[in-house]
Amino acid sequence: MAEADNLLVAAKVRKEFGGLVATDNVDFTIPRGAIVSLIGPNGAGKTTFFNQLTGVYKPTSGSILFDGTEVSFLPPHSITKLGIGRTFQNIRLFSQMTALENVLVGMHSRMHAGILGAIVRPPKVKREEAASRDKARELLTYCGLPRRHEERSASLPYGDQRRLEVARALATDPKLLLLDEPTAGMNPQETAEFTSFVGKVRDEKNVTVLLIEHDMKVVMGVSERITVLEYGAKIAEGTPAEIRSNERVIEAYLGKGATE
Amino acid sequence: MTSIADRARGIASGRRERWLAPLLIVLGVLYPWYEDTLQSLPVIGDFVPSTESMVVMVAFTMMALGLNIVVGYAGLLDLGYVAFYAVGAYTAGWFASQQFDQITFHFLSSVPNTQPGIHVTMWLVLIAAGLLTLLAGIIIGLPTLRLRGDYLAIVTLGFGEIVPQVVNNGDDIGGFDLTHGTFGIAPIDSVGFPVLSFTGLPDNFQTSPDRAMWFYIVALGLLLITVFCTVRLRDSRLGRAWIAIREDETAAAAMGVPLMRTKTWSYALGAFFGGVAGAYYASFKGGAFPADFYFNISVFLLCMVILGGMGSVWGVLAGGMILAYLNIEGLSTIGSKIQDAGLNFDPTKYQFGIYGIIIVSMMLLRPAGLIPERRHRIEMEEGVHDTPFYDVEHEGTLTDRDLSGD
Repeated sequence: MAEADNLLVAAKVRKEFGGLVATDNVDFTIPRGAIVSLIGPNGAGKTTFFNQLTGVYKPTSGSILFDGTEVSFLPPHSITKLGIGRTFQNIRLFSQMTALENVLVGMHSRMHAGILGAIVRPPKVKREEAASRDKARELLTYCGLPRRHEERSASLPYGDQRRLEVARALATDPKLLLLDEPTAGMNPQETAEFTSFVGKVRDEKNVTVLLIEHDMKVVMGVSERITVLEYGAKIAEGTPAEIRSNERVIEAYLGKGATE
Repeated sequence: MTSIADRARGIASGRRERWLAPLLIVLGVLYPWYEDTLQSLPVIGDFVPSTESMVVMVAFTMMALGLNIVVGYAGLLDLGYVAFYAVGAYTAGWFASQQFDQITFHFLSSVPNTQPGIHVTMWLVLIAAGLLTLLAGIIIGLPTLRLRGDYLAIVTLGFGEIVPQVVNNGDDIGGFDLTHGTFGIAPIDSVGFPVLSFTGLPDNFQTSPDRAMWFYIVALGLLLITVFCTVRLRDSRLGRAWIAIREDETAAAAMGVPLMRTKTWSYALGAFFGGVAGAYYASFKGGAFPADFYFNISVFLLCMVILGGMGSVWGVLAGGMILAYLNIEGLSTIGSKIQDAGLNFDPTKYQFGIYGIIIVSMMLLRPAGLIPERRHRIEMEEGVHDTPFYDVEHEGTLTDRDLSGD
């Protein structure tokens, strides 16, 4: 198949909210194993596009093919099960659950215990529960949270909450990891750490990464391909070097005349 | 079992459960034997509930524990829980009474074989009541649980109102008498041990000289099973999913929790315990009457959950026993004391006003309940983290409610 190397192929994805066209026939592909970024000014439709990939919104028209399966009409939990994990722009942890429990919820679709299993707790369920807890602790440590697993997630410092969101997304065992402005609110040092961490996750966890970012340093540093949206439409696509010198992109970001 | 977090910090329930639970169980089981001693105590003796009242208290607490799965764990406000109590009670009426006297069918029943009607042993009827109610929960839940918050509460309220109407008018469904209308179904067979009667156990609790004691012991057993199941469910994969939904539905769905299925299970399992308790209580009372299934019972059960602490099993146990006690015996005892003192005030006339005052004062003084669940206590103290979905701010006109339900 021609698309054998593409993990995700979105074709003519369009979303209208009443009269507003949030994403305008966007074509978008993510090669397997790549780190791809989606950038654009505020209100460009990045997050709306994200939400269509994850099933939060249904596209008005168009198709989204993930790993060979059409996902545009599936509910979010089915898409998660197929292998798309995500974080949120505004942190959306289960704030009263512990860090560990947050990650365990992320494993929901990979676990099997049912109602009778929960009540009777046969050895199979006990084993699954213990293995999941071990794996969750491992993931937390991997994401930079070696301690405070039993602490309520809302009481963790901001940076740790971001890390916990990534751990929870990785717990869904994704093939494609969607990060929605993961470095928002981080200081430059944390941002730099996070950038190298994304590369590490891709290599070690064998996932493909799609990043929404505002911070150009992050985007240029980490991504192999960049797609630029403006007013819901794709205005450019290419390598960081190409994007850096693309006139329309500079215009969109800095305004007319900035290209000298 | 308690969650790891509790054990690690040693707060909340962890250590307390280890010695308090067995102690309470022993005290509970022995209650009929020291009841008289307690009642002969000066001053407080008059306030000690009879074993007979304890049966009712335990049955209602069991229903409150079922409701706690829906309201406390999954955060779905259900104002029509009485419907499940009714389904349970009428299941007992259908399978263990003379209601369908067109046929005569007996299976290990406590009543003489000559009685017409279907008479299955109450033990099986209890299970059947649970399962039928579970089914009712799924049927009611599937269309309604797509709604959120206040809207869900209103629709469940509607179902709660429909049930007594159906029961009232169900005596002539195309000529078939399903519910015996306003008269209700009575008598409903007693619980008993007909097969084991050679061991000296009573084959029929109603006719046994120790009627209240036997009903109480079995009720306590059912309550313990309910507590065990709800605690196990809370600490499972399913329980975590319920709490995740309570905290943030959108994030839960994004983490792979199927919203509709998970919510429906909370509804159905909550209903299950309400059905078993309803059937048992009907057997104790000897009948199922439509006047028992009105809206105030739903609110009464919800008050138990709120008073005790939403989501907290210990709390709901306490809240349920306290409110049920006041309802069955406490208020009238207090009333007679007041009358004795020469004042003309009867608190039983104002019972729902009094429960209202209790709930309002709880909300002001101790909003997380008598024995709060660890999570809820913090929520109440620090406020709920409930930011709108970010698209509201950033990209469009949608709100959380417009997101597809599953």
